[in-house]
Amino acid sequence: MGRTLLEKIWDDHVVTESDGSTLLYIDRQLVHEVTSPQAFEGLKIAGRVVHRPTATLAVPDHNVPTTGRKKGIEDPISALQVETLSKNAREYAVPIFTMDDIRQGIVHVIAPEQGFTLPGMTIVCGDSHTATHGAFGALAFGVGTSEVEHVMATQTLIQKKPKSFLIKVNGHLPKGSTPKDLILYIIGQIGTDGGTGYVLEFSGDAVRGLSMEGRMTLCNMAIEAGARAGMIAADEVTFSYIKGRPMAPKGELWEKAVSSWKTLHSDPDAKFDRVLEIDASRIEPQITWGTNPGMVLPVTGSIPSPESFKDEVSKENTKNALKYMGLEPGTPLNGIPIDRVFIGSCTNGRIEDLRAAASVIKGRKVSSSVHAMVVPGSGLVSQQAEKEGLDKIFLDAGFEWREPGCSMCLGMNPDQLLPGERCASTSNRNFEGRQGKGGRTHLVSPEMAAAAAISGHFVDIRTWN
Amino acid sequence: MEAFKKLKSVVIPIDRANVDTDAIIPKQFLKTIHRTGLGKSLFYDWRYLADGVTPNPDFVINQPRYKGGRILLSRENFGSGSSREHAPWALLDFGIKAIIAPSFADIFYNNCFKNGILPIRIERTIVDGLFKDVERTTGYQLEVDLESQSILLPDGKKLPFEIDSFLKKCLIEGLDDISLTLEKKALITSYENRRRKDAPWLFPDMTA
Repeated sequence: MGRTLLEKIWDDHVVTESDGSTLLYIDRQLVHEVTSPQAFEGLKIAGRVVHRPTATLAVPDHNVPTTGRKKGIEDPISALQVETLSKNAREYAVPIFTMDDIRQGIVHVIAPEQGFTLPGMTIVCGDSHTATHGAFGALAFGVGTSEVEHVMATQTLIQKKPKSFLIKVNGHLPKGSTPKDLILYIIGQIGTDGGTGYVLEFSGDAVRGLSMEGRMTLCNMAIEAGARAGMIAADEVTFSYIKGRPMAPKGELWEKAVSSWKTLHSDPDAKFDRVLEIDASRIEPQITWGTNPGMVLPVTGSIPSPESFKDEVSKENTKNALKYMGLEPGTPLNGIPIDRVFIGSCTNGRIEDLRAAASVIKGRKVSSSVHAMVVPGSGLVSQQAEKEGLDKIFLDAGFEWREPGCSMCLGMNPDQLLPGERCASTSNRNFEGRQGKGGRTHLVSPEMAAAAAISGHFVDIRTWN
Repeated sequence: MEAFKKLKSVVIPIDRANVDTDAIIPKQFLKTIHRTGLGKSLFYDWRYLADGVTPNPDFVINQPRYKGGRILLSRENFGSGSSREHAPWALLDFGIKAIIAPSFADIFYNNCFKNGILPIRIERTIVDGLFKDVERTTGYQLEVDLESQSILLPDGKKLPFEIDSFLKKCLIEGLDDISLTLEKKALITSYENRRRKDAPWLFPDMTA
């Protein structure tokens, strides 16, 4: 009987099993300032050490300001949290990219960039978007702070084997539809808890045809469907992305690694707990209209009426969401005016995303009613974009060109929406208050966000000119 | 971690699906470097009026009939979104020790067990009934017994629930799972030695 990709990676990492639980070896842990201070504190109180400091990589990203960084962090509470990360990294000999390091950026952008993320690994981080790294054929998932501490102390986690869910995406995405639209569409289909208890494996021609950036966007939002992890088997696209990166294996070790990675795919006769097939050619550009990522429709759609849902809970959810979002049933999504545009985040803050957005706005001006900003995912993304002149394109159009970090994806730093402001955002969550108390978030692709910035309202990127 | 065995308490109904961790504890409170003190900010955006200090009288937690409640009743997919353990820390600091819902998000569910909170999955139709009973009866109480995996209703009926045996044991005994794992240190070392031979690129820090 063949095995799934998940089973192969899982089996490679079993230290021991007892009581129906597995002690699973964790190859790499990423650490950021928000979910780690209490873990380091726990180590200290118990007199423990970090088991493998260099299998760990720390970076501040959630709290960091995206303007005037050289002056430091104005908010003393944020500053203390970021300083605490540096102090802990020093004390426990954990490598860190501090705020002034060109390699600093969003944890899920920098790890692949450095070759820290490799196929076949188990990777965790105190952050739900750790699912991103599954794009490399790794098993990567978010954990809470207690588990962060557990991995620091033991390099393992006590886990139950998740179920497997194959999502096979046939055909190819049509022009104007992006990996972001694909994952929003999938979440719309299976719901925000459709993946609970599962690891998603994405396969099919449409997935094989994606770049690593696109695959990361796809896996990043597996958690928004309730799945702790998403994964895509590694292939030549993966290998050529990794080769030569600073922390990637070199020489003979590289050859050995690649031949091992080539075996990491689901066997043809592997059995999945659930399978869904999707026709990529039917996927249109998507826009979320509500307060969770499953509340999503194609740009050609209209705001649904609560009465159109069958069960009471969905009716109530929709009513609450529309009240919060300030939207009326029947309103076409195409044409809804916006106040803000945010391009960035671990979902869509990579170089390819910035190129895509820049190509849409080149030579145009941001609408006078819109405040738009671009926050590159890392210092290296920013540097590359500047080398290509993308920063100029954004600045000339009237976008703000910011310094890297999580920024307005969750607004832990000063980048926040004001109450009632409506935002076209390339991030991953449209929860109430996520981007700022009372802020109204619509999740879209970089292209759709860029076009909305120019128009002042949502447009259909396929017909917009 | 404080052990969980039995709990009898007033039930607080949060009648919404997909209560996410951003709602349980908004981002501005995640800047703390401590685990404690988050209870006053639990459900912050729903719980306080626009000034951020005046309790919103419409929100259940502020209503006198639910005062002192330690059991939360909610809908599908409770705890979705961010992995922030600040969510269970805030619930615990407020006094919540058990949560009843038809389903929970995976990371939140795990995080509860690390903090002595018992999340209980109960079928949706039964949860519907509980919401009605709580609404009807001021001072409505439930008694959760983890050992027998059941909830005692006021009318004497018992509602059974499922729980993983290992998680149950950790909660009942208040076990620190890092200590448990460190007892297996020799197994971890032997795994590392074995794995290092097969996949040396994973151990650049441990080359022989």
